[in-house]
Amino acid sequence: MIDALAARPSRRRVLAGGALIVSFALAPRVLLAQTVQGAAAPPLPGSLKTEPMLDAWIRIDADGAITVFTGKAELGQGIATALIQLAAEELVVEPATIHLVTADTARTPNEGFTAGSHSMQDSGTAIMNAAAQARAILVKAAADRLQLAPERLKAEGGAVIAEDGRRVAYGELVAGAILHVRAAPRSDLIDPKNHRLIGKPWPRIDIPAKVTGGVAFVQDLRLPDMVHARVVWPPSYGATLKAVDSAPVETMPGVLKVVRNGSYLAVIAEREYQAIAAMRALADAAQWDETPTLPTEDELFSYLARQPSQLIPVRQDSGSPPPPVQSVAARYRRAYQMHGSIGPSCAVGLFRDDALTLWTHTQGVFPLRAAVAELLALAPEKVRCIQVQGSGCYGHNAADDAAADAALLARAFPGRPVRVQWMREQEHSWEPYGPAMLTEVSAGLDAAGKIAQWHYRVRSNEHSTRPGTAGNLMPAWHLAQPVALPVPKPIPLPEGGGDRNALPLYTIPFADIVYDFVPAMTLRVSALRGLGAYMNVFTIESFMDELALAAKADPVAFRLRHLEDPRARDVITLAAERFGWSNYRRQPGRGRGFAFARYKNLGAYAAVAVEAALEHETGRLRVIRAVAATDSGEAVNPDGIRNQIEGGILQSSSWTLYESVGFDRTRITSRDWSSYPILRFSAVPESVEVHVIDRPGQPFLGTGEATQGPTAGAIANALADAAGIRIRELPLTAERIKQAIGV
Amino acid sequence: MIELTVNGTPHRVDVDPATPLLYVLRDELRLNGAKFGCGLGQCGACTVMAEGEAIYSCLTPVAALQGRKITTVEGLGTADNPGPLQRAFIAEQAAQCGYCIAGMILRAQAMLQRNPSPSDGEIRAAMEPNLCRCGTHMRILRAIRRASNEMRTASAQNPTEARP
Repeated sequence: MIDALAARPSRRRVLAGGALIVSFALAPRVLLAQTVQGAAAPPLPGSLKTEPMLDAWIRIDADGAITVFTGKAELGQGIATALIQLAAEELVVEPATIHLVTADTARTPNEGFTAGSHSMQDSGTAIMNAAAQARAILVKAAADRLQLAPERLKAEGGAVIAEDGRRVAYGELVAGAILHVRAAPRSDLIDPKNHRLIGKPWPRIDIPAKVTGGVAFVQDLRLPDMVHARVVWPPSYGATLKAVDSAPVETMPGVLKVVRNGSYLAVIAEREYQAIAAMRALADAAQWDETPTLPTEDELFSYLARQPSQLIPVRQDSGSPPPPVQSVAARYRRAYQMHGSIGPSCAVGLFRDDALTLWTHTQGVFPLRAAVAELLALAPEKVRCIQVQGSGCYGHNAADDAAADAALLARAFPGRPVRVQWMREQEHSWEPYGPAMLTEVSAGLDAAGKIAQWHYRVRSNEHSTRPGTAGNLMPAWHLAQPVALPVPKPIPLPEGGGDRNALPLYTIPFADIVYDFVPAMTLRVSALRGLGAYMNVFTIESFMDELALAAKADPVAFRLRHLEDPRARDVITLAAERFGWSNYRRQPGRGRGFAFARYKNLGAYAAVAVEAALEHETGRLRVIRAVAATDSGEAVNPDGIRNQIEGGILQSSSWTLYESVGFDRTRITSRDWSSYPILRFSAVPESVEVHVIDRPGQPFLGTGEATQGPTAGAIANALADAAGIRIRELPLTAERIKQAIGV
Repeated sequence: MIELTVNGTPHRVDVDPATPLLYVLRDELRLNGAKFGCGLGQCGACTVMAEGEAIYSCLTPVAALQGRKITTVEGLGTADNPGPLQRAFIAEQAAQCGYCIAGMILRAQAMLQRNPSPSDGEIRAAMEPNLCRCGTHMRILRAIRRASNEMRTASAQNPTEARP
């Protein structure tokens, strides 16, 4: 990050300045030959598909310094550490010798968004292969220099070493841009048996600064001459600024400028607290026209059910299934839920010489650049977006909106860096929430107690309204020349959005699964960790228990009865075993629940077993312990995986037990942590165990979102086990439970 | 002009006396540890110690701290020489995004100074005001337990020097 602040020319700028052509000219012929790919060439691994040049990923300087570039962002999920482990493993150097540059439009490959648990499979795969290929090129170059066969040399500690002890440092071999070549489809990867780093728990590189007050977050940036800004947001969706007398605010201490553009109102001041005081005064002075545009909270689900929709088939088998011996049907609901980042969104913008630099905690620097360039009517190359960590986002929170604020305000106040941070109530009431959803499922069992047919419908808004265009940036809606939010397009399967994980992994002979996509938004929504998978897995896993009950089968055995994938069976068996499922002894007021999913049916496998305690008088449900088993393919940093899985279980517990965004006909009423309570220490489980099944040599499977759905299913199932009641509406609040058990 | 001692160093700051301590720490003294989270005393991201007590720096006007001793996470150690709680948080890898962590550490520090041998229940109760959104709670609890054990061992070995 410090590097990102330095003004030294970027690699790409150097290349753009003409060195690119020079390096091509200097590249050895044998390597240039690799740039010609046959039509039938197998695809390149991971993100090498979109950025095939090795030196876009790995740069080695003449002094031996190694820099690795990723288009993915560290969000606190530990990706930076895992990527360094991969590069260090394949380059045969110590991790501490590698400098990693993360998402920066001027320096790194474009890897889209850091989302969908894709970072390891996209960027991790690219970096591992690029590093292995770079090593092979360095070994070959050393072999040529020493006139030895490459087999008689090995890479170690930043040098290539011959059997006779002669040693050539990497830095001595990189002249002539030998890494400026296209990647090959296959790499000579180190045998997993010989891994020094991959598969070992490695301490996160970002933690020491975070526990000692280092510059760790975009919120911590203090650029020379930086000023502070705050925005006065409208009190509700669609509100317009009728009038504001800003004159008294303009004379407040430290105020440099009041910015008004249509209904967009902001203030810039020398010091942060001066900006806050001025923002409050401006908010008091502002008069808004508001319209009640929302349904009441009580009628939300009937309102959602009435909205026009498009039917998108997920799996529709033809023919007619055999009549079932037994049928079960149920409907489920999920409230709007928020990302609720602890630190409100923040960004710093600097507009100078008709160009904009943004420091932002966006998940996608390139899509943000496109959106901001459109917003400011600038050429994209005049906008540089540098990702710096923010508070955990868990999806599309207000990070991009704050970046748009910084862009607008930096242009209004050029020459000095403008830092803007949202206030708590702004983040709570304007962030894009995880959508409210409705699901409807019915299934028939055959005489053997197996699922014979399955009918499923999920109704939802789309789960991504991320940038790419100016209209995705909320500030753009309020300008004098507003840009409207484009109608969201459904994310196609197999990833899916609202229909993510709508298709169960279970063996079902006849299925009819449809995504009932609602284009029009009620509350502002976008990607929240897991997208539709949270609700779809909650539904499927709740319903699997309802079916198991009908079939008089044990829930774990019932799941295994419908699973062929051995890796799915392994995580279920392991979680059940470590939980003590088969010899569980019930205590009064307690219950156990189990759930499983493979994220997107192509990411990590995760099984979660929980024991929960129900306090009868209050209806309060508490998770006492959770045991999870996961298979993320080859585990690069097992402790990183455990941290993500533990965090996912606790966060999903919080969503599942407490969280729902409140609103009235006009305004969002969840405006702080008292009106939107989340998990606190007193309700944290006594223990959370995570067992990682490592699969050395297997592809990386995205992990970060894998337990959001299974945790919800397991908790609902534990409640059903403890109290004999099935609640099919998220969240499972104490109030709702009390009502259901009749206290 | 307001005088306060932060991490052992006396400072005189020229700000509006109503300014919450948080902004004095971050903007005047250029310390990163205390974070803005809610400005309402609901999340604890801004927690620091004043005379050994955990306080919400986002709510406390700097004028109320005239002459008092403030400790932030920067006062407990450095990345090269971390203090016991910082070491324990690193050892347990007790952070995901880490935005809440400095506040967690200060809240735990205040508790351990008051009660060097807390029970698990006492740790949870003491940490109740502080929110973590990443779900790092289990590791945070383990780190506090580890630091408490380490501090007690150190204090038994060297009763005059060791203090939390």
